[in-house]
Amino acid sequence: MARFTKDQVRHLGSLVRIALSDDEADRLKNDLNVISQSITHVQDVATADVPPTANPVPLEAPLRPDVPAKTLDRDEILAQAPKSQDGQFVAPRILGGK
Amino acid sequence: MAEKLMSFEEAIKRYDPVWGLETHVELNTKTKLFCPAPYSFGGEPNTELTPVSLGLPGSLPVLNKQAIDDAIRLGLALHCHINEWSQWSRKNYFYPDMPRDYQISQDDKPLNGEGYLDVELDDGSTFRVPILRAHVEDDAGKNTHIGGAAGRIEGAAYSLIDYNRAGVPLVEIVTQPVTGTGAKAAEIAGAYVRMLRDIARALGVSEGRLEQGNMRADVNVSLRESPDAPLGTRSETKNVNSFRGIEKTIIYEIRRQATILSQGGEILQETRNWDESTQTTANGRLKSDANDYRYFPDPDLVQVHTTQEHIDELKATLPEMPLHRRHRLQKEWGLDDRQMHAILNAGALDLIDQTVQAGASADGARKWWLGEISRVANEQKLALDELPVTPDDVAELEQMIADGKLNDRLAKKTIAGVLAGEGTPSEVADAHGYKVVEAGSELGSIIDKAFADNPDVVEKLKSGNMKPMGVIIGAVMRATRGQADAKAVSAEVIKKIRG
Repeated sequence: MARFTKDQVRHLGSLVRIALSDDEADRLKNDLNVISQSITHVQDVATADVPPTANPVPLEAPLRPDVPAKTLDRDEILAQAPKSQDGQFVAPRILGGK
Repeated sequence: MAEKLMSFEEAIKRYDPVWGLETHVELNTKTKLFCPAPYSFGGEPNTELTPVSLGLPGSLPVLNKQAIDDAIRLGLALHCHINEWSQWSRKNYFYPDMPRDYQISQDDKPLNGEGYLDVELDDGSTFRVPILRAHVEDDAGKNTHIGGAAGRIEGAAYSLIDYNRAGVPLVEIVTQPVTGTGAKAAEIAGAYVRMLRDIARALGVSEGRLEQGNMRADVNVSLRESPDAPLGTRSETKNVNSFRGIEKTIIYEIRRQATILSQGGEILQETRNWDESTQTTANGRLKSDANDYRYFPDPDLVQVHTTQEHIDELKATLPEMPLHRRHRLQKEWGLDDRQMHAILNAGALDLIDQTVQAGASADGARKWWLGEISRVANEQKLALDELPVTPDDVAELEQMIADGKLNDRLAKKTIAGVLAGEGTPSEVADAHGYKVVEAGSELGSIIDKAFADNPDVVEKLKSGNMKPMGVIIGAVMRATRGQADAKAVSAEVIKKIRG
């Protein structure tokens, strides 16, 4: 069974941009290890005669025809953004921040 | 560093190069992969968006059937195994070019599995490039960095984002590590990407214009001591968007890595960027955490089911493949390899083929497209198909020559008019009065005048010495401003002398 370390949990936290306190990292580590244990149980039960399941819903993807539909009004969209310029969204500086 | 690099020849002597390409081909569907927003290159920013392209909460992706069919046809052309079930995964990353903060891609269950592509090299030999997979994913938006030098992200104060391109379908064709190419590594990689472009165009699934971002490649290169040794650490040069850039990246990386290895150094697994201005690659970011994208199955999408029946239907729609067509046309046109390469290098194959189909001879079509028209294209730094001349124009011009309406000189003036945007060949010839002076009374009187001006020449001709014939023909040509047919003039002169 895979066991999570606190460092791994902190790394995951940084990947999803969630600041974790020491207590939170500890708690999440324990939670994740419970989940990991549950997955191990499922794997033990899933023997060779059980086909792999990619999705819990036994459906195939519906496909739509390649026909353009109405698009959103640009001014309306940009009005939702914190900042815009020349018809474009403004993103804060990408490099050089934290 | 550039001046201290090991020579390519030396690098190849000491190391065995292994490379791989991840080529993105943008599909030219009318709408995006997961929503019915249209997309056009160079459209007004942020006008081609739906709630799905913007990743708005509550919006759900619905797959474009055409994109899936196009991708399968591309997979079939690359001899890929088409998987009956394929699945969508989220590739998570933080960068403002994708409003959802993840790209929808395919991870362990791609639409197209293993395949291969045979490419032909300049020496006529064939090399088989093994393909690992060709999966489908959506493209990201476009960032414009403001405040830094030359639009670079480094030093920029902020960035503008146009999300129009976000969600446009891409097929990413991933090769296996390609071994055994040695000194031909770059040539084979270049031939492979050109062939991919030709196939995408033949299938009609993409315009395949690298300069417009329809195609771009990530170039992986590593070196090892010998072909028996395990693969070395690779560098990945991202988003190279020209054929020459891809070839030069491979050559540069082979030299750079050989230099480091020969000095006992270590190759870092990193992403790099090709810099056209310095003709070098520069390091981007370290790729030590390769799994940081945290792929997981997209809970908003279920699997795509592709039946064998549907695959067979699509297979039946595949056109003749470019390599096959190339061989067929070369044979039909009676060309040697060198002549055929000249056509391919000029990007004139389709144009000549269409000109022949419009009724011109292969020789005639080739002469115009590779001659006068290529010259003007080079002068104006344009592709042949960007000039205001069509295969139909060239076929018409050839017909006018065959009908004796134009001679070579007038035909050249006519095509110059067509290339200047003055209209079709007949329109240009009419407008300028380009017309061969036909045999008959008009030509007869012009010849009579030439006789009268050159009595000594006429004496010689009458005595059977035909050598000074050129003097008379020259005089007639001058008098008609080149609009007479030299053969007709010559026949008429002989008739008059003997008459």
